[in-house]
Formats: sequence, C-alpha cells, structure tokens
Amino acid sequence: MFSLTVLTKEKTKQQQSMNEAKTDEIAIEVKNLSKAFRIPHERHTTIKQAALNIFRPKSYQTFEALNDVSFEIRKGEFFGIIGKNGSGKSTLLKILAGIYMPGGGTLKVNGKLSPFLELGVGFNPELTARENVFLGGAVLGLSKKDIEKNFDNIIGFAELEEFVDMKFKNFSSGMQVRLAFALSIHAHAEILLMDEVLAVGDSNFQAKCLSEFSKYKRQAKTIVLVSHSTATIQRHCDRAMLLESGKIRIIGPPDEVVNEYMLRNMAETESRTAAEANQDTKEDSSQKKAQVINVQLLDRDGREKKTFQTGDDLTIKVEFERVGKTAEDIHVAIGIYRDDGFHILSCNTSIDGHKIRKDKIEMTLPQIPLLQGGYYLNVACFGDIEQSLFDLRKRARTFQIFPAEANSEYKGIVNLEHKWR
Amino acid sequence: MKRRKYSYLIKELAITDFKLKFKGSFFGYLWSLAKPLLLFLVLYTVFTRIFRIGGTIPNYPVYLLLGVMLWGFFAETTNVCMTSIVGRGDLIRKVYFPKIILPISSSLSALISLVINLIVVFGFAVYVGVEFSTSLLWMPLVVIEFYILSLGVAFFLASLFVRYRDIVHIWEVFAQALFYATPILYPLALVPPDFARVMMLSPVAQIIQDFRRIIISPTIESSVSVNGIIGLLPYFLTIIIFILGYFVFQRMAMKFAEEV
Repeated sequence: MFSLTVLTKEKTKQQQSMNEAKTDEIAIEVKNLSKAFRIPHERHTTIKQAALNIFRPKSYQTFEALNDVSFEIRKGEFFGIIGKNGSGKSTLLKILAGIYMPGGGTLKVNGKLSPFLELGVGFNPELTARENVFLGGAVLGLSKKDIEKNFDNIIGFAELEEFVDMKFKNFSSGMQVRLAFALSIHAHAEILLMDEVLAVGDSNFQAKCLSEFSKYKRQAKTIVLVSHSTATIQRHCDRAMLLESGKIRIIGPPDEVVNEYMLRNMAETESRTAAEANQDTKEDSSQKKAQVINVQLLDRDGREKKTFQTGDDLTIKVEFERVGKTAEDIHVAIGIYRDDGFHILSCNTSIDGHKIRKDKIEMTLPQIPLLQGGYYLNVACFGDIEQSLFDLRKRARTFQIFPAEANSEYKGIVNLEHKWR
Repeated sequence: MKRRKYSYLIKELAITDFKLKFKGSFFGYLWSLAKPLLLFLVLYTVFTRIFRIGGTIPNYPVYLLLGVMLWGFFAETTNVCMTSIVGRGDLIRKVYFPKIILPISSSLSALISLVINLIVVFGFAVYVGVEFSTSLLWMPLVVIEFYILSLGVAFFLASLFVRYRDIVHIWEVFAQALFYATPILYPLALVPPDFARVMMLSPVAQIIQDFRRIIISPTIESSVSVNGIIGLLPYFLTIIIFILGYFVFQRMAMKFAEEV
C-alpha cells in the first residue's frame, strides 16, 4: 500500500507540472494553506470575566484545523474531499468559500464561485416558496432579474408548481431540499462547493441531480464535494483527496483515495465493533455453551492479513471454547457482508454436514471472486438447534479487497466467471 | 455590478425582516405607527395636565411628538442592529457575503418607519396650526445625519455584541440615561444653562433640536445657539462615530464566522 501511495504522489506531481504549463485551466489553487483556531481555556463571554482576567496571561489551546495544505483543482473537474470528522474538510471548504479567512498561505480562485456550502441557506420557514426563492437567491448573490428569469425553471425543477404559495415550514423535508437544490443549481456559479448534499431526496430526484451534475461537467464547471460517503466519491469524482488531521494524506484517483481511507478506518472500526460485540455477548451468557474466542483471516501461506486481492485464496479460521460440560456438537456459522450491510453469503457446518472435531475450524474460499470494496464477517456458534445461538460476533473481522489488474474496472460485488463469444 | 447585487440582498433581507416583524398581528404595520402615538398621548397627558411644564412653550404637543418619534428611531435602530449579526449567525457560518449588509438591512425598516412617522408629525403640525418656513428644506440633511449617527453607533454595538453579550444590558441602561439627558420630554429652556451647554454636546440632542427648529420655529435653541462655535462639535462627532464604527466593524467582521 505504501508503494501505491508514493506512486500516486508522483502521478499528482506530474499532473501538477502539466497544469503549470496551462495555468488558465486551473480553477482553484491552494498553496501552503493553514488555519489554526485558538480555543481559549476560559472563554470570556462577558465583560466582567474579560475585565477580571485582563492582567492574567491568556492561555490558549491552538487547534490546527489545516496544516500546510497545497493542491490544485482544474476547471471542469469533479473533485472530492474525504476524511473523518475533524480532519479539516469543512474548514477547508469554508476557506474556499470565503467564510473563514485563511490563517496562512494563499488561495487563488479563478472563476465565479458559489459562496455557500449548504442547501437552503437563508430560507425562512415562515415565508412561502416564492418568497424564499427570492430571498435565498439574493443570499446566493443573484440579482432580481436573474431570479425572475429563472423562477419558472427553479420551481419546475423542484416539481413544486402547485405549492408556490405555501409556507416553507409546511413542506415535507424532501420538498424543502428539492427547492433548495433547484435554486442552488440556478446560481450560475462556475465553481460549486458542496458539503454532503447528495444523500437527500428520493432516488428519482437524486438521479435528476446527478444528470444535472454531468451537465455541469460538460459545461466545464468545477465541483468540489465534501463527503463521508466513499460510494459517492468513487461514483462521481474525477479526483479525490484524503484529509487527515489537517494534512493531505493522499490525492489522486478516487478509487485509490477511498482505499486508503478505508484502510485507515479499518483498525478503528475493528476495535470499536469488538467492544460492541463483547457487550452483546454478555447479555445472553446464561444459555451459552460455547463462545467464539478468535477469528483470523489467513492468506495462502497462513499469514494473517486484512487486505486481499480479487482471486486470492482466503481462509477464515475460527477458534471457540466450550463453556461447562456439554455433549452437544458445536457448529460454526459464518456470514459475509459488504461494509454497507449487503448480505453476500451465510453458511454453516451443520448445513454442509461437517463435524468439528477440535475447538477450531477453518473455511477456505479459493480464488475469492469478491470485487474491490470493504467487507466484514459475522461469526456464530450453535449446538443442535441452529436457531439458538451460543455466541454471535457481529463484525468479527473486516477486510478489504483490492482489484487484480484484469478486473480492476469491473463494478459490482462479485466477479462471475464469464466468456464472450 | 457587484454593488447592485448586494443592494438587492439588502432589500430582500429588509423586506423579510419587515414581513416577519408583524407576522401574526392583526393590525400589522399600523403598530409601528400606533406605538409612538400612544406613548405620546401618555406623555402629553402627564406633562401638560399633571406637571404642566409643557404649557409654557408654544406648540408643545408637536415638540413632544417629534422628540418621541425621533428617539424611537434611534432606539429601534441601535437595538435591532445590535443583534443583527448574532441573529443571522446561521447565515454567516454558511455563506459568504459582506457582513455590513446585515446591520444596514436591519436599519432600513426603522428608517422607513421614521419617514412615515415624520409625515404623521407633519400632518399633526398642520392640524395644530404650525407655520412652516423655508428652513424645512434642511430636513433631508438632518435625516441623513441622524441615520449616519444611528448606523455608526449600531456598527459598534453589532460588532461588540458578537464577542461580549453583556453589551445588550449596558446599552439598555446607557440608552435610558441618554433618554433623560436629552431634551425629549422637557423643553431645554427649563434646564439650568450650564447643564444645557453640556447636554447639547450630544449629537442626539443636537439632531432633535435641529428637527424642532426646522419644523416648529427658528426661535428654538440649537447646538450653535447654546454653545457658540463649540456647538459644531456634535456634527463632527457624528462623522467620527460613523467612520470609527465602520472600521471597527469591518475589522471584526473577518472573524464573525468563527465567533458568532
């Protein structure tokens, strides 16, 4: 993985040098941008406190939200920014929008930029849809003429023709978002900044939004999208950036960035889910006659791994122990899920008629056909009756699949064997 | 182009404030007119029937009504603008626009009320038989001075309020003191001359007296007639307050999004 990162960085350098040749194509240029917030240990919100503390040296805790960040976004690019909470994503977007002043470094924006991050800024629930379009439009920097000219389009796009004079507060949340989105895409910005917006609306409306985005792409408009959703970044972005504690971790093709992001998150997820799983098992320990004590993922050579490539052999090793004296046979069940909970396969030793002799069992998946993505395992053990589990470990292990060269462009969950004729 | 764009935003925000202010009240806008009038009726009764101080000067009712209306404008502008930044914190954190738009748009509805109220005062003055002179032509200038003064004070208050929320309480007391230190209820002639000279250094007192002089009678004391050449000080003070207020506001505005 490390070599991959280095490779990407070199690639970006190449891209950057390419960009320097034709600087007119750059939409946003950020150089050595930093932003620190000073968090006073005692915040003086009243003059009395300020007066009392005037002679005391002020103690601050500085929080570096962004630390020496440099990157460029080309015109017409759909650029994704991903990162955990507190990684500096939103701070960066706010600086791009002009809401925060940069603490250090420079920022060059080439083209008209949408100054907002969220949809429906400035909307007032007490006003009607019509009034809100004019107010919200003004907040987004539109002139009255612009809004009047586009009013029918906006309402049409939001599919709210019959509700123009209804108060905004009486709209369903879906309708509110539709109106906000419709207005924002008519803001005629060349560079759009978006903070987690695609996750709203019904699928029909989402499809409409996406087609609108691809229209933007054709018009060489630039979109900067901040998201938690790896799927959104992978599906729509041309290039992405992973922020970590205010620094750029990796910048490059979305797939690689998303992989890096997932890998970084995995260790954390595992320790958290392990803690959750432990809590779960404590509750029904009364009828427990066996419990899972260890789950390992092994490669062909028996080494423990968390990342595999499509087509690798994957072995799941489960160790359990019997509690008290029981003569019952112990069976082990394994469920494989994609990281969003999509169920791929569940099977157990009882169905397959396999008898466990010792307190451990291995299941091998030869040439695993799973495609690129994050997956997890649920592991359970039970006795004669499959319905009464002795132990269930949810998300006992998570793992990551990387694409092999041959199938790296495939989309979906599994690589089914296929032939073309 | 840019200026026109933002002037439209100022207008839209002001209209929204105006619409929401009287939302759900039956008489709506009439209240902003009725409130100073009702207050005037109370004060008029107190000062002509009970204390009888008003009786000594000509056209005291117009004198009093004008004072009450003008003070109402000053109090409304400063109070509404003070919370204009904090009240729109949500907006500031999510979208970029020049922050100065907020106090300006908040002050506009007070300015509109002032103009309408002045028309009412005129009607009343005609009714009670005040004779107007050509000095009325000075009126727009005094209105502008008053607006600039109120806005300048409002800039200070709005930007300080973001960081220190006690400003609300301090200003409440200060404004109350200023109200009584300004010849609004009582005629200046009743004040001992030494006090009157100090009082007239306040731009608010100067402006209110100038309004009365222009509308009611040129015999009413003005800042210059009381203090001589020093009487020009309040005019300069107005300009200084406005400029200082503007710069303090713009300086602090850079951090509003982080602090609000």
